[in-house]
Amino acid sequence: MVRAPLRSTASNALKIVVVGGFGVGKTTLVRAVSEIRPLSTEEIMTHAGVGIDDAGGVETKTTTTVAFDFGRITLNEEMVLYLFGAPGQERFWFLWDRLFSGTLGVVVLVDTRRVADSWYAIDRLEHHGMSFIVAVNDFGGPRHSVEQVRNALSLSADVPIIQCDARERESSKKVLITLVNHLYALSTAQETVS
Amino acid sequence: MSPRPLDGEDPDRLYTITGGRSRADESRLDLVTLIVSECDPTPGMQSEHVKILRMSRRPTAVVEISSELRLPVSIVKILLCDLLDTGRVTARHPSSASTPSRLPDSAVLKQVLVGLEKL
Repeated sequence: MVRAPLRSTASNALKIVVVGGFGVGKTTLVRAVSEIRPLSTEEIMTHAGVGIDDAGGVETKTTTTVAFDFGRITLNEEMVLYLFGAPGQERFWFLWDRLFSGTLGVVVLVDTRRVADSWYAIDRLEHHGMSFIVAVNDFGGPRHSVEQVRNALSLSADVPIIQCDARERESSKKVLITLVNHLYALSTAQETVS
Repeated sequence: MSPRPLDGEDPDRLYTITGGRSRADESRLDLVTLIVSECDPTPGMQSEHVKILRMSRRPTAVVEISSELRLPVSIVKILLCDLLDTGRVTARHPSSASTPSRLPDSAVLKQVLVGLEKL
């Protein structure tokens, strides 16, 4: 594979995470805006063998891997933005701090046919104190209004929701801009207070 | 679609690559810390180190090295710490690393917005 290297002046890389259930379009969204074909890699999770039969004092450990995809956008001479597609499944959250501490913010990608898939992710993001927006991927089914989705997710009024088509570059770009605008508003509000 | 090279990965191989160590000082390297090689590979060097030095002639994020080597992130961090300790690579740390729990600086976010608008 021919790699597309970063500029030699690149010095500050940032992270945005797109989280959602299986098949919701995370990689599609990343691909729509990324300057490289999305890549994938894995991280190891080791669990101590809690609740497993005592094997004669030998500590049992199970090792699993969690896979995730990513792409990137060069923002300027120094800054590059990495976009990660993260599965919303439960075991992934054990790795959140290790992989995604320092993330600017998060896009929760929702399929309106499976809204309940997002409840757990939103709960965990709130637990981790992450700022996020909700993007509703349009699968061509009956359209749900933003307010219907907000109610279904019990989201507070200050979390932005946006409809999108993750296959479209302009639409996916708008999702990212909506997130960063939201973060910017939060950040300037905080700076004014302090 | 994407390959899953590690499913069924031989644990012995990972053990050999890292010399049996299971953990690097994780706080030293972020997923998106940019690695830059400071020298060329030399004969006799471990093959993974050779690959990293070749890849990182231009700044390369830890996560891209992990993907290219088809090794888990934590294994790659161990390899990178070896190279950092011997001065063979340098690291450009993300500005967020200093304030992981706070909201990002509005000046940084402004630059991100400008970059995204140009897409």
